[in-house]
Amino acid sequence: MTKIIAWFVGLFALVLTGFMLFTAGWERPPIETEQSGYRGTGMAEIINPRVDPQRLEAQLAAVPDLAPLTPDPGVPKAGDVYQNVQVLGDLSVARFTRLMQAITEWIYPEEGCAACHNLNNLADDSMYQKVVSRRMIQMTQAVNSEWSSHVGATGVTCFTCHRGNAVPEYTWFNADPATVSADGMVGWRNGQNRAAEFAGLSSLPEEPFSRLLEDDGQIRVEGRTALPRDGQYASIQDTEWTYSLMMHMSTALDVNCTYCHNSRNFGSWDSSNPVRVNAWHGINMAQSLNTEYVAPLSPVLPPHRLGATGEGQKINCATCHQGVAKPLGGMAMAQDYPSLWGDSPPPEVAMDDDEGDALARNERTQDIEGSGAGGL
Amino acid sequence: MVENTNLFTRAQVHGPADYGVPLPGGSYPRTGEPIKSYWLGKLGDAQVGPIYLGAWGVASLIAGFIAFQIIGLNMWASVGWDPIEFVRQLPWLALEPPSPEYGLSLPPLNEGGWWLMAGFFLTASLILWWVRIYTRARALDLGTHIAWAFAAAIWLYLVLGFIRPLAMGSWSEAVPFGIFPHLDWTAAFSIRYGNLFYNPFHMLSIAFLYGSVLLFAMHGGTVMATSRFGAEREIEQAFDRGTAFERGALFWRWTMGFCANAESIHRWAWWFAVLTPLTGGIGILLTGTVVENWYLWGMKHGLVPPYPGTGVVDPAGGSMGGGS
Repeated sequence: MTKIIAWFVGLFALVLTGFMLFTAGWERPPIETEQSGYRGTGMAEIINPRVDPQRLEAQLAAVPDLAPLTPDPGVPKAGDVYQNVQVLGDLSVARFTRLMQAITEWIYPEEGCAACHNLNNLADDSMYQKVVSRRMIQMTQAVNSEWSSHVGATGVTCFTCHRGNAVPEYTWFNADPATVSADGMVGWRNGQNRAAEFAGLSSLPEEPFSRLLEDDGQIRVEGRTALPRDGQYASIQDTEWTYSLMMHMSTALDVNCTYCHNSRNFGSWDSSNPVRVNAWHGINMAQSLNTEYVAPLSPVLPPHRLGATGEGQKINCATCHQGVAKPLGGMAMAQDYPSLWGDSPPPEVAMDDDEGDALARNERTQDIEGSGAGGL
Repeated sequence: MVENTNLFTRAQVHGPADYGVPLPGGSYPRTGEPIKSYWLGKLGDAQVGPIYLGAWGVASLIAGFIAFQIIGLNMWASVGWDPIEFVRQLPWLALEPPSPEYGLSLPPLNEGGWWLMAGFFLTASLILWWVRIYTRARALDLGTHIAWAFAAAIWLYLVLGFIRPLAMGSWSEAVPFGIFPHLDWTAAFSIRYGNLFYNPFHMLSIAFLYGSVLLFAMHGGTVMATSRFGAEREIEQAFDRGTAFERGALFWRWTMGFCANAESIHRWAWWFAVLTPLTGGIGILLTGTVVENWYLWGMKHGLVPPYPGTGVVDPAGGSMGGGS
């Protein structure tokens, strides 16, 4: 009898081990950790050397090989030669054509020009894709010229998000109102309590973006004084929305909380890493872009591009980052397309953009104070 | 009456069923014909039943059943009554408290009303069960220690779901009924109020919790280690201290310099266990009502160990600290 029980227990343990090894979400050791804050604070990046560098390498391998930037002939202007060039009319025809070719490679490598243009009349605005593209070019210019606080001198191109897809792979729709509002007599769940894809499969709110990454969503929830003060109040439910967004940021960048925060106090800036400031500008940028550029395009989209609330897809951190802390490892593609910087010329970038450097740059090289093993 | 006198013996004595002492007048009878289970005998007493339920017990079970049904049916409704999704998503499902805009008012049934109702019946069930434990102890001429230990746990439950929400003026501050959702609530609660680890009552609660575990292991280990000398017969040993308790006590005196005795070890364990939810409940009750940010409060009072700042400043120009 005892033997039978022992076998049974052994089998049970074996099955559990099997589950652990072969179900999703588990990664085998060794995992590398890299200290990212003062010693003793537990601030460290966790890197799987068999997964993380390969993800970036695969993304860099997909970057199309395009014609290098040549001196600008200046004339003739695209606006003088072609009709209905509303945004890029000041470009020389040579630069204009080069950008159009690049956009084709970045967004419609298979479909080609006909994906946006009526081939019988390239100036025709009848295809919604062309109207959207025009606005997206303006958005790219705005990102590069107005949001250097987030994108720095690296800048973005269409490829940063699109990666050869007509619609970027990582976007979001407004949550189906049925999941948020109380319909009928029972079963209200307040937009949460389901394995939330955006929030790391937690039971936190499933779609925090329409509240926090659009308009002027309020992300700060932590008490800012030691003792309570009247008129300053964020509820636990507010906190859960912010928590959900932070889980999304962590997944989108493939980093831990401690990439930005000292987890002993998430709100304190003085104990945070400098990249938290970048992230703060990024949140503001995403809010601004969704509000000014992406959401207003919903009326021009066909029904199959709309979500449950009749709005189109919008952007979040994953749209550009795609599982990498610096999109494409910080590859400065936009430097080769001055027209994507609006009226201001692209700022100087000290580094060039070949793959090896991008990979190297993605590794953290800064010397951290207090990282020595000695001392206290 | 045949008694098995050593808990740790591998032999099981199966004699005639023990029906227990007579009940005081006016009691319901104990119900159920006793059975003997070999497998339960491996863990505890082989005899199962009879059981005394009584009016309080029946009322408690009814209230508990109602709460369980409200919670479970709301969870099931939240997956569109799909039985497969209900099982698959069960750890994620919950019955949510009302949203903050309702404050302490009565929300619509499906926007927190069910939560209030489930909370009412669950609380009723717990308190009725507490009365049952108290009256049973009295009926059997026991002390009421178990009832007061249970009351300590009910205190923490009431602080989380009733007293603190009242003090904060909003039901939305309370905990949802759900497996993962109540854990998310816990994490969000700590983050919102600047890290509960800097709450001294949270510290005390953890100390008593870990202390309880330690005392339990020390006591259980000592009794088992001296059972070959009869230590599992604790009651007899308390009156007539034999070699087992002497050895157990000497072991601890000689390893720690100080030892509990056969009676006081149980007071140690009881107080550690009771103080865990008592101090924890105080810590929760102070959070948001008296202290807004435990980290900043800890900074103010020299509790938080200082580390060199990173020099990062709030890009929004806000500041943290101070308070009135």
